[in-house]
Amino acid sequence: MSTRIETRFRACAAEGRAALVTFVTAGDPDHDTSLALLKALPAAGADIIELGVPFTDPMADGPAIQAAGLRALAAGQTLAKTLAMVKTFRESDDTTPLVLMGYYNPVYVYGVERFLTDAKAAGVDGLVVVDLPPEEDGELCLPALAAGLDFIRLATPTTDDKRLPAVLAHTAGFVYYVSITGITGAAQADPDAVGRAVARIKRHTTLPVAVGFGVKTPESAAAIAANADGVVVGSALIDALRATLDAENRATPATLTAVTDLVGRLAEAVRGVRRQAAE
Amino acid sequence: MNAPNSFRTGPDDNGHFGLFGGRFVAETLMPLILDLETAYNEAKADPAYKAEMDAGLKHYVGRPSPLYYAERLTEHLRAGAPAGMGAKIYFKREELNHTGSHKVNNVLGQILLARRMGKKRIIAETGAGQHGVATATLCARYGLECVVYMGAVDVARQAPNVFRMKMLGASVVPVQSGSKTLKDAMNEALRDWVTNVSDTFYCIGTVAGPHPYPAMVRDFQSIIGTETREQMLEMEGRLPDSLIACIGGGSNAMGLFHPFLDDPSVKIFGVEAAGHGIPSGQHAASLTGGRPGVLHGNRTYLLMDADGQIAEAHSISAGLDYPGIGPEHSWLHDTGRATYISATDDEALEAFQLVAKLEGIIPALEPAHALAKVAQLAPTFPEDHLMVVNLSGRGDKDIPQVADILGTSL
Repeated sequence: MSTRIETRFRACAAEGRAALVTFVTAGDPDHDTSLALLKALPAAGADIIELGVPFTDPMADGPAIQAAGLRALAAGQTLAKTLAMVKTFRESDDTTPLVLMGYYNPVYVYGVERFLTDAKAAGVDGLVVVDLPPEEDGELCLPALAAGLDFIRLATPTTDDKRLPAVLAHTAGFVYYVSITGITGAAQADPDAVGRAVARIKRHTTLPVAVGFGVKTPESAAAIAANADGVVVGSALIDALRATLDAENRATPATLTAVTDLVGRLAEAVRGVRRQAAE
Repeated sequence: MNAPNSFRTGPDDNGHFGLFGGRFVAETLMPLILDLETAYNEAKADPAYKAEMDAGLKHYVGRPSPLYYAERLTEHLRAGAPAGMGAKIYFKREELNHTGSHKVNNVLGQILLARRMGKKRIIAETGAGQHGVATATLCARYGLECVVYMGAVDVARQAPNVFRMKMLGASVVPVQSGSKTLKDAMNEALRDWVTNVSDTFYCIGTVAGPHPYPAMVRDFQSIIGTETREQMLEMEGRLPDSLIACIGGGSNAMGLFHPFLDDPSVKIFGVEAAGHGIPSGQHAASLTGGRPGVLHGNRTYLLMDADGQIAEAHSISAGLDYPGIGPEHSWLHDTGRATYISATDDEALEAFQLVAKLEGIIPALEPAHALAKVAQLAPTFPEDHLMVVNLSGRGDKDIPQVADILGTSL
């Protein structure tokens, strides 16, 4: 049986286009707004959802996602509540792939076995855990694969050809290529360099390759989409959300639509680009 | 846990001290820390590197630092002890090093390594500013660009050190994220490193972070214990009976402890910062009040909530104000080889004043925590008990803060 992630990438490939992967932080700016946003993302044009698990010390994230995590934590978000949000989302959507993205400590403290059981039961499809390189595969990667959850590895510009096989060895679902050396929402990715990097990764794997970290606008998403199987946008969505909050960081009537409108424009841009013959 | 044959062989090839340590970093940094490990192993085996280190420690840092018999403190504590009781107290005078603390031992080693690796830009995190000052100093000495990340709260309470770093030519970046203290400075330094991978060397100030940092920093700081051992044998003809040092990340303590770990007769005490007291929840005592978790590249004891969110530490001392601890300390704690206790802000402040008046030495607030426990432990040991406390830094940087607390306007 195909996983939701496989099915979705295959469907996008059949349409000759890249998938749009949207990142939002669970519980930002509050639980109810975040859940409503999660439910609205597929209709707005998101092909795959990355749901950020808030953490106090997100070392790979820039100011936008740092602040989103702190807003969510201040509003009472926890890993247990995030899993419950996924479960609620799955009651009305059984096809959109959903991947949790975050850092290891909340999972470690929750308990790896218990987390994998609860995540699988909630309808999570995959995990991106920033601070678990292949050298620490025994911690969560291998148990996750055994539990039937994809462990999506990050490959970066510093991952050379010698290291790439180790990085890809236990990767499942797709490969997440980090297009810049830097934190989320920082520099703009260079589409040509990204194209070469994706081609390099594809020489080592048959998995789809999604590209993220430096994609901010519909134009840059379109440029990346020409050379990748997926385009990840996160900080730009968070920025759009934050711009609608009131002085106390509370949601306003404009919050939901600000994000879904941008997702719509990103989806339109990504769908407007025919994939170059990558296969 | 069963005691190992030796406490001095760790970490294993993957950087683990038992359950603790490891390499929990983003993929972007993984190739960099593997390169660093290779470069460090090559340097360790190179006599030219050792010769350069030895010369720097002698002529620039001013080593060896004295082992000093604190006679009046010893007598003062004996006066309040039962007859025949009251340990003989020695200070390992790390505050006499160039830049005023033990931090320079490690920075010299890392900067010489950075030069070997051809890195031109050095970044560092700092809490009290001692590591930042030491890094800025060595960067000035070797003509390297230096960027120091410091929590905005610490920038405010350690103004003299901020000015020193700037005088030495470093850029000091006040970190506004999170709790605006040491842990956030470390996050920001890691973000810089992830961004500037090709030319930048991250000079970590304590025995924490991803492998190989905890082992490498410990090796550089072990000069403290190695000298103490020789000096004590020369002065007393035998090993000390106990060692005591303060712990934030734990580098001065690990440097003193490590050469003695396989001497079972030597008792070892680490002193964490209890802030307003452990029950208040406002403290920085990771071993006493925390549990194992993963932060800043390693698994270790951390202060955190039930959801795994890192708690804000509190200590009067910016240098101890960190919600984690070096992974080797976590392992020594769990194996029982070392005993970890804690001292409150008030106890440290009292010891700060006591040692200034009795010994003519103004200690930093960090070792004042260890001195506070010396005052409690020494009277419980007999007079022939030799106790060494690591006087890891001098108190000049703390003068404005202490004056403020004591109600004196400078």
